[in-house]
Amino acid sequence: MCSCLPSQSDYNEEKLIIRFETTRLDSRRPLVEARQANVIRIYENILNNSNKKRIALSGGAAAAEALKQLEPDVMAVYPITPQTTIIETFAKFKADGEVATEVIEVESEHSAISACVGSSAAGARTVTATSSQGLALMNEILYIASGMRLPILMIVSSRALSAPLNIHGDHSDVMGARDTGWIQIFSENAQEIYDNTIIGMKLAEKVRFPVMAIMDGFNTSHCVENLEILPIEKVREFVGEFVPEQSLLDIENPVTFGPVALQNSYFEFKVNQEEAMDDVANEYLKIAKEFEKLTGRKKDIFEAYQIEDAEQVIILAGSTAGTAKDVVDNMRGQGKKVGLIKINLFRPFPRKEIIEALKNVQSIAVMERAISSGTYPPFYQDIMTGLFQFGEKKNMQSIIYSLGGCDIFAKDIEQIFNDLIANKISNEIKYIGI
Amino acid sequence: MHSKVAQKNNSYCEKRYKTQSYYNWVLLFNDIFILWYTIIMKYHKDIFEIIFHARGGQGAKTAAEIIAQAAVNEGKFVQAFPQFGPERSGAPTKTFVRISDHEIRTHEPITDPDVVVVLDETILDSEIVTTNLDKNEALVVATKKTALEISQKLSVRARFEGKIYPIDANGISMEIVGQPRPNTVILGKFVQVTEIVSLESVISEFKKIFGTKIGKEATDKNILAIEKAYDTI
Repeated sequence: MCSCLPSQSDYNEEKLIIRFETTRLDSRRPLVEARQANVIRIYENILNNSNKKRIALSGGAAAAEALKQLEPDVMAVYPITPQTTIIETFAKFKADGEVATEVIEVESEHSAISACVGSSAAGARTVTATSSQGLALMNEILYIASGMRLPILMIVSSRALSAPLNIHGDHSDVMGARDTGWIQIFSENAQEIYDNTIIGMKLAEKVRFPVMAIMDGFNTSHCVENLEILPIEKVREFVGEFVPEQSLLDIENPVTFGPVALQNSYFEFKVNQEEAMDDVANEYLKIAKEFEKLTGRKKDIFEAYQIEDAEQVIILAGSTAGTAKDVVDNMRGQGKKVGLIKINLFRPFPRKEIIEALKNVQSIAVMERAISSGTYPPFYQDIMTGLFQFGEKKNMQSIIYSLGGCDIFAKDIEQIFNDLIANKISNEIKYIGI
Repeated sequence: MHSKVAQKNNSYCEKRYKTQSYYNWVLLFNDIFILWYTIIMKYHKDIFEIIFHARGGQGAKTAAEIIAQAAVNEGKFVQAFPQFGPERSGAPTKTFVRISDHEIRTHEPITDPDVVVVLDETILDSEIVTTNLDKNEALVVATKKTALEISQKLSVRARFEGKIYPIDANGISMEIVGQPRPNTVILGKFVQVTEIVSLESVISEFKKIFGTKIGKEATDKNILAIEKAYDTI
């Protein structure tokens, strides 16, 4: 069947030179090309995947599966929607004796992260998971975890913040924690949250910073999707044993964590911490490379989709990226040069690399699921800073969408691209879907 | 920079035109392939989309997951997710399922379904379930009423020209299982109508999910009910 499928090199052959009228073909060309690309994609998928065994899990269950394979020493956790899918799956693993992890049930998220700080400082591989109000309640201790350089992994199923009360997905909670000194990695689907949980654990222990692996609440956490999982030995081998450089239980080499540091040392300490943060992106890339070797799945600090010759670009993070990729493919079929940048690593922010990728772009729309009250939302601020620093002048539209789990459709994203093409760009923030 | 790219593009297109006769053959092969492909995927779409309408607690999510996992076992790509509304017992809910032979990237809610499954006929009184459901597409309803009666009921709220497949899911369930379990029984009818997954994989998935939970006897009864729904006219 596949022998009738032409390869790209066949098109370029000049063997058959026949004169003919070009008009008919010309008008059909974009359509034909789009169809061609689609058929090739379908074919490749069928060929590539015919022998692979796939499973389907919700995002939360996928994260729990990754945690099971990592088998942390301690998981201190307090349930909150939509994080519940993680802990309920993991608690089942524990009850069935599949993991030896100490699951500590606490009375609040503040206690959960406090227990994590204690256990991580004692030298145990430590994880937790939360959402929304839970993350907000943890806020005080988040700074302590990063200041003590504790490699805690937290899975966040991101959700709106109250009031008014809303349990659905947006990025308000994680954006509220963006200055806490934690590394933040966004995920698009169940596969990515599985991958990022594994990568996040290794990264945390390598650079000694706490890591948030973030998925969109409900959109990813409760959506059953296909994913490939690694054999458990491969994961254990990839992440390796956790050997802390210093720990409280190492009584031969007594140390203290987070002592008083007054004017003579606090400032210096914080600057040192920041210098260590500068190196995180490189380490992330190294680990991502290693992970790619293991799985064949490419990971990068951001994903540039159809960006090489793009004139209009959307920048976003999380589950909407999949919908946007379909829109990009459709619009490319109509001959429009559009592209997408999906942010993966948000803290530390890869400013230089993103600006580099945007060099030949004419206009940009930055889409976010969070409000930064009284100013522009976070991605927009960071990207604008970068553009200014590197002397790039671009038309850039700030867009806020899907707060509190509002639906976003492909046609909305198409409209945003069309507005960029028509140069309908302003300094006002645009709100989509209300 | 830009002009260079344009030039390159132009020469590339020229080359393409020169190979037009070859290109036409390619198109023909493509058309044949697409025809073959659409026959396989039945309703002329590469992603098959289903919406379940039910009331909170009726088990639409479970039904959706059984179908999704059955499709995964057949090597397909799936997506199954509830509409993220307030989840209260008895409130109308929607659950979405996508099935495809290739990777599904979109995360938007389904607005143009190929099949709509209604687990509780009283939902037809309060909601329009047939939006974007065309002539060749199907509505499966758990009801004692006939297709004609349902059609009349629907026509009060919206025009619907598609096919209606009523199934007395509660009746079958009460008769065989002894409890009203419309969600699993309706799977039999759904498979009969769409054949997007095979009955065997649905049953094996049901066993996998419920086998240990409800015991062998209850599992067998449920499976019998699914098979009976599959065999109804």
